[in-house]
Amino acid sequence: MGSKPVPEAVLEIDGLDSFYGDFQALFGVSMRVERGEVVAVIGANGAGKSTLMRSVTGLLTNRPEMVRFGTAQIGALRADQIAHMGIAMVPEGRQLFPSLSVEENLIIGGQAGRPGEWTLDAVYSLFPVLKERRHQASTSLSGGQQQMVAIGRALMSNPELLLFDEISLGLAPIIIKTIYEALPDVIGTGMSAVLVEQDITRAVDISDRVYCLQEGRVSLEGKSGEVSREEISKAYFGV
Amino acid sequence: MDWVNAIIQGILLGGLYALFAAGLSLIFGVMRLVNIAHGDLIVLAAFLGLTVTTALGINPLLSIAIVAPVMGLIGYVLQRVVLNRTLGDDILPPLLVTFGLSVIIQNGLLELYSADPQKMSAGAIETASVALPGGLNLGILPLLMFVTAVLIIGALQWIFYRSAWGRAFRATSDNQDIAQLMGLNKSHVFGLAMALSLVVVAVAGIFLGVRTSFDPSAGPGRLIFGFEAVIIGGLGNLWGTLAGGIILGVSQNIGAQINPGWQLLAGHIAFLVILAVRPRGLFPRIDG
Ligand SMILES: Nc1ncnc2c1ncn2[C@@H]1O[C@H](COP(=O)(O)OP(=O)(O)OP(=O)(O)O)[C@@H](O)[C@H]1O
Ligand SMILES: [Mg+2]
Repeated sequence: MGSKPVPEAVLEIDGLDSFYGDFQALFGVSMRVERGEVVAVIGANGAGKSTLMRSVTGLLTNRPEMVRFGTAQIGALRADQIAHMGIAMVPEGRQLFPSLSVEENLIIGGQAGRPGEWTLDAVYSLFPVLKERRHQASTSLSGGQQQMVAIGRALMSNPELLLFDEISLGLAPIIIKTIYEALPDVIGTGMSAVLVEQDITRAVDISDRVYCLQEGRVSLEGKSGEVSREEISKAYFGV
Repeated sequence: MDWVNAIIQGILLGGLYALFAAGLSLIFGVMRLVNIAHGDLIVLAAFLGLTVTTALGINPLLSIAIVAPVMGLIGYVLQRVVLNRTLGDDILPPLLVTFGLSVIIQNGLLELYSADPQKMSAGAIETASVALPGGLNLGILPLLMFVTAVLIIGALQWIFYRSAWGRAFRATSDNQDIAQLMGLNKSHVFGLAMALSLVVVAVAGIFLGVRTSFDPSAGPGRLIFGFEAVIIGGLGNLWGTLAGGIILGVSQNIGAQINPGWQLLAGHIAFLVILAVRPRGLFPRIDG
């Protein structure tokens, strides 16, 4: 096992090939997230960003050694087992449970029963508007408020690693700003994070390192402060 | 007065039909599974009740204390070992498998208990009644069964909308993948839902066996009553299911009052009329 004398990795993805039936969506993707690090994943539509998130969370099953979480090989585990180990995701398109109230959505996020600083009260003080609406159906909220519920729901499991899949998708710029301003409070607490984002500037600003995916392959990898716009454009569009 | 009596008896019978229906409705709501073997499981519970009752020499109503957990366990294991494997995007496999299960249960019961009709006797309570004004007599046993049915529907409603299990049921029903991300193992959640369904089936089966005679082929008929009650009431609404059961019971008894041969026909006609007028049932799902 761990033979590399490098900083401790929370997540290590190694030569990941992911499939939907016969269709291969990821080709030998390797990636590393160190403890406390924020890693951005950028890439065009269909590049495989969500597929990568699905593979890490166990919604897609892979070979065990392709995904490691700490020292555990999790590539072949079920999503609920991985959730209990401490990986949570804010899925693309928010995906709240329509039959559950706002508060029930948050409570079920804590279903895994992992102790930690994130509780209902902590989520409500991060996003006070949710407290006012806690008994409403989650479908009655605005897009931005729904995104807050989705983030709160993921936090409720007190994850070690939090994945965000395009949290700005479909939201007004002012709402995106509010949500991004809350992020340091969320991931500044020692949590590691992977942030999938189409907005390259935002992704580079908030992250320590950045990976770019292109047609299922890593086309660029580097420290966020060091990669240039040109390199990113080239890796992003493949021109 | 015969008419009033027929209607009252019909309402009480409706409680039993609601019990036939509740488990069916729960399973469909949580995992979109139409359990063709549901009626046969009711009859299986009745036979289990018969065995427990004769082996221990107890009142069949008390045998519920044993049959209900046994049926719950059977439900959990059945779901985990067999039914979970059939669930997916295609709705045909679970239909075929539960149909097969129905055949297996009927033949198994035939092997073990023969085709003879059986009945369980609940003793003196069967003939006890209270006199109502106007010369009506209300049987204590049917009344007890009706009250139990209402309490069970109320309990299911509470579980579904107020408890952690219910939250897991609703979340899994909404979106299985995201529910898994919350740490819910859907195989286990579905197992629990089937266990709960078969606990209700256990009560329904024993009530059935005390009320009327039953034999191994009685299941499909109970399934039809259950279906009709669910559809009349509106899918996914448990109180609606109770109303559906009552409408079915009352229609049957009114039919029987007109002509004893029309009992079942009248129920089916009521079902078809309601389906024609309100295709989504009387009380389609309102959450909360
Ligand atoms: N359920 C699925 N079945 C089959 N193919 C799929 C499925 N989901 C995604 N794909 C394909 O896999 C590839 C990668 O898709 P993915 O959703 O991971 O891209 P993405 O980078 O997240 O894109 P976007 O920015 O649009 O969210 C695409 O070619 C897509 O068509
Ligand atoms: Mg995506």
